This record gives sequence, C-alpha cells and structure tokens, in this order.
Amino acid sequence: MDRSRGDRIFDAINTLLLVLITFVVLYPLLFVLSASISDPSAVVKGDLWLLPKGVNFSGYAKVFGNNEILTGYANTIMYTLVGTAINLVMTVCAAYPLSRKDFRGRHVITAMIVFTMFFSGGLIPTYLLVKKLGMLNSIWALVVPNAVAVYNIVIMRTFFQTSIPYEIQEAASIDGCGNFRILLRVVLPLSMPIVAVMILFYAVGHWNAFFNALIYLSDRSKYPLQLFLREILIQGQMQAMIDMADDSLAKKLMEVEVIKYAVVVIANLPVLLLYPFLQKYFVKGVMIGALKG
Amino acid sequence: MKQALAQQERSAAAERSRIRASLTPYLKNWELYVLISPVIAFYIIFEYVPMYGVQIAFKNFVATKGIWGSPWVGFRHFERFFDSYYFWRLIVNTVGISLYQLAVGFPVPIILALMINEIRQTRLWFKKVVQTVTYAPHFLSTVVLVGMIVMFLSPQSGIVNKLIVWLGGQPVSFMTEPGWFKTIYVSSGVWQQMGWSSIIYLAALSGIDPQLHDAAKVDGASRLQRIWHVNLPGIMPTVVILLILNMGSLMGVGFEKVFLLQNDLNLESSEVISTYVYKSGIIQSQYSFSAAIGLFNSVINFILLVAVNFSAKRLNQASLW
Repeated sequence: MDRSRGDRIFDAINTLLLVLITFVVLYPLLFVLSASISDPSAVVKGDLWLLPKGVNFSGYAKVFGNNEILTGYANTIMYTLVGTAINLVMTVCAAYPLSRKDFRGRHVITAMIVFTMFFSGGLIPTYLLVKKLGMLNSIWALVVPNAVAVYNIVIMRTFFQTSIPYEIQEAASIDGCGNFRILLRVVLPLSMPIVAVMILFYAVGHWNAFFNALIYLSDRSKYPLQLFLREILIQGQMQAMIDMADDSLAKKLMEVEVIKYAVVVIANLPVLLLYPFLQKYFVKGVMIGALKG
Repeated sequence: MKQALAQQERSAAAERSRIRASLTPYLKNWELYVLISPVIAFYIIFEYVPMYGVQIAFKNFVATKGIWGSPWVGFRHFERFFDSYYFWRLIVNTVGISLYQLAVGFPVPIILALMINEIRQTRLWFKKVVQTVTYAPHFLSTVVLVGMIVMFLSPQSGIVNKLIVWLGGQPVSFMTEPGWFKTIYVSSGVWQQMGWSSIIYLAALSGIDPQLHDAAKVDGASRLQRIWHVNLPGIMPTVVILLILNMGSLMGVGFEKVFLLQNDLNLESSEVISTYVYKSGIIQSQYSFSAAIGLFNSVINFILLVAVNFSAKRLNQASLW
C-alpha cells in the first residue's frame, strides 16, 4: 500500500515519541536492576547511568542475611495464597448467580453491591468493626475485609454472560445437571482466562498491600514484606542490616544505598516473573470489564 | 355449611399452589442463592455495618458503651473540624492534588492509546514492546514506587540531582520542599499508570468501525484529521464515563501514596483528608472526630459523582446509570 509523504512523517514522529515514552518508563526499572548488582561506591558516586559497574552482589547477601525480611517474605506469601483463594471463591460465588438471567433478585443484589463502590462507612467505622470482631493482629484482618472486589465481580459476571453461551448451560441442565455441577463442570472449565486474570489482580493486590497491615497488625513477626520495605526504603531504618558489618561508616553508608536497590528487586521478583505469562490474559480481562461493564 | 367449607378448602389449596408457583423460580435455583449468600453476608457485614457505624460521627464514641450506647452530640465534631486551623489546608491540598492529577493524568493515557493505535500493522512487535513496558510499572507496590522516588530524588546520591549538577545546576531537595510535593505525586502517578489506563481506550479504539476510516480516507482526511474526527469521537463515551468516575473521587486522594511520600517538612502541602483521618483516628484514637471528617469527605464525593453524572447525561447521553 502506498503511503503519502505526510503519512510517513506522521509515522516517524509517532514512532519516535513512543520510543521516547518507552525509554522513560523503562529507564528507572533498568537503573534499579543495574544499581542492585553494582559496586556500592560506583552507585553512590553516580558513575552509574544505565549498565551495572563492578558487578557485586553484596546488597543481596545483606538482604537475604536479614531475618525480618525473610519473615516478611514468608508472611506475604501466606497472606497472598490465603487471600487470593478467598477472593477467587467469593468472586465466583457472586459472579455466577448474577450472570444468570433466571436468577430472581439479581438486580437488587447488584445494586446493593455496586452502591458500596460509591459510598462507604469509611476508615474509622471499618476499623472499629474489625476490632470488635477480634481480628486485630491476625491474618484475618488482612484477608477478610477485602474478601471480594466489586469491580472484579462485574468483570467476571460479564465474562460469564458474554463468553459462555447460555445454551450450553441449558443443555447441561436438561441432561440433569444441578446448578453446582453446571458451574463446576461446564462454566468454570470454560473460564480459565478470566480466572487467570482474577488470580493476577488479587494476588498482586495482596502482594503489594500495606495499609491494612499498617493499621491492623502490631506484632512485628506478622508483618508482611511491604511494611519492612517501608522501613528500609522510606524511613531509612536498617540498623539490623548495617550493624552486622563492622566496616567503616563510609562503607556502611554506601552499602545502605545498594541494599535499597536490591530490596526493590527482590520484592518485585515474583510479580515480574509472572507478568509475561499472564499478560495476554490480563489485557483481555481489563477489556472485557471496560467495554461491557 | 359443607359447601362453604369445601369452598374454603379449595381456595386454600389454590392459594397454596399459587404460593408454590410463585416460589418455583426461587426453589429451582436454590443453589444459586446458597452460592451468593456468603457474598451478601460479606457486603452486609463489611460494607453496610460500617455505614451504620457512621453514626459515631454524631456521637461521643466511648468504647465500653459501644456504638449504640454512646451519647449523641449532634454536629459538634463537624463544627470542630470546620473551625480547625487545618480545615482549609486539607481541602486545598486534597482538591489541589486531585485537580492537578485530573488535568495531567487523565489526558495522557488517552493520547498514549491514540498513539499506540497508530502503530502500523506491519510492526506488531513494536506495539507489543511499547505495551508490555508501559503496563509494567502498574504492578509495582506503592511502597516500592515511593522508595524509588526517594532514591531517585535524593539530593546526595539521586540520579535526578546528579543530572541537574551535571547540567550545571544546584541540587534540589525535592522531598522536603513543599512546593515540589504535588508535582512529584502527579508525575510519578503518570509514570506508573499511563500504560495501564490506556488499555481501556485501546479497547474502545479497537471497536471503531474501519469503514469510518475508509470513508474519511476517500474524503481526503489526513492521519491527524482522522484521529481527531473519527478516533476521538469514537472513544468519547468511554472518556466521559471514566471522567465521571474520576470526578466522583475528586476528594478521595488515595491514602497510601500521599502518606508514604509525606514527611514532617512537606506536610504543609501534603496533608490531605485521608491522611488526617488516619492520624486523628487510628493514631490518636479520636474515633468520632475522625469518623466525622471521613463522612464529610464521602458525602461530598457522592454529591460530586451524582452531579457530574447528571450533567454528563444531559450533555452527552453517556452516564454511569
């Protein structure tokens, strides 16, 4: 196909701008990665622009030698697994009935659920409720108050409605399947893409969550990774880690910087590893929710 | 007598079968009600009970007496908040950050989506790279994002100040200077979310009828003209709906990022309603006062949402409900 001169100029400028945007987004991520495996003195002096200088894994050694970080990691894994499992079951329990046209009362229930997106009791009444239920300082305070998200129910309901022909469900029902069996044997096996999306959304949410842990947990041994990250990255508290080395102060201060970069990489590793595999699904998921929500 | 009794019995039987008939659609799907019952229980307990608990904003909450037993005090907590030294600062910061974010953060994903959409079909790999990279920061946690901001903007070792010095400038202490707070907040938000937010617009763009483009081409429209007259109107309904949603949370600047970016030196421009609610409520245990501020905030948000939705309906026929 022939392209006019204007077309070619347009394409060139568009491509150039997109390359620039991509670079701006990518640069900080690459820099963190490079800095985390560089020589601390090079990082502090600012010799580093993009590629690692004097490859050195001392930051990682310090982080993995720290017990609290490891505890936080283990806690986060547990909270993520338990939380995501609860989320997934609850979302299916809500989305499947709401997707059925012959489910009486679905409009009322949908309205009741959606209303909570726009108005809520707010932080303090919720906090008092969690306190009253005796969930303070336990895993339940992190996984139960967020057991399900309205937006995800809508996405999943829409998927059930638009991607699984109702005729299949009717046929199964004529063959003698009850509703439970239709859901487990017919609908869910056909819904794996959306289930993958939900797992990604919820799991990332739990992995990154810090607010509920901040207000509901008081016991340091129960802290998730993000709370320790906050101490290290933002509040600059890492006595435990730098005291272990008895080097000079200057060297310690340099190491502090590299530890920070290493901690960022370690904290995001699981998400970054999952990301490429799930990308094709999540774009689809967001689109379903966006177009027909 | 006998006849009347039989009559009565018949009508009772009819009544029973009518009840049964009206219950049939419910009974046939009893499993669905079982399935959804935990979800309904969840929303009642964790969303509607706190709404009931909001009344502590009008009471003097005493933990031992509970929500019900605590004495009413009317609007005293609201008055205290309106009269407080912090009131205007909180409003200005909250609305200021929101409007700034709306003005910058809202159009960028639209422009990005329009640009990605213009990548030629023969270069799909390039499209994929751009998308993969720009979506990625969405998955960083707020703690990590703020940690990165702090590291990059550090006056001693941060790369941004290195660059400023290299260009012959003076290092800037971004994090402790109140004047920089809102810009840092908004630009880091754009960096993190522009790709992710563009997905919705890309989806809308893919739904535009290609015939419209062909017709425009025949009429001699240039690329830019086609973007302006075909693509943009095509995604307008999506744009309006997202704008409404954004307006609805104008007073709801997210707690996490502001809280993490805050320090004692930039409080002047970084204290917003949600962080103030957290500090006075959770940290200082002034439950009623804090709940009153939270309620004030939710009510304004709700009114804004309804108002914006109403006007969008009038103007554009696109609305949330």
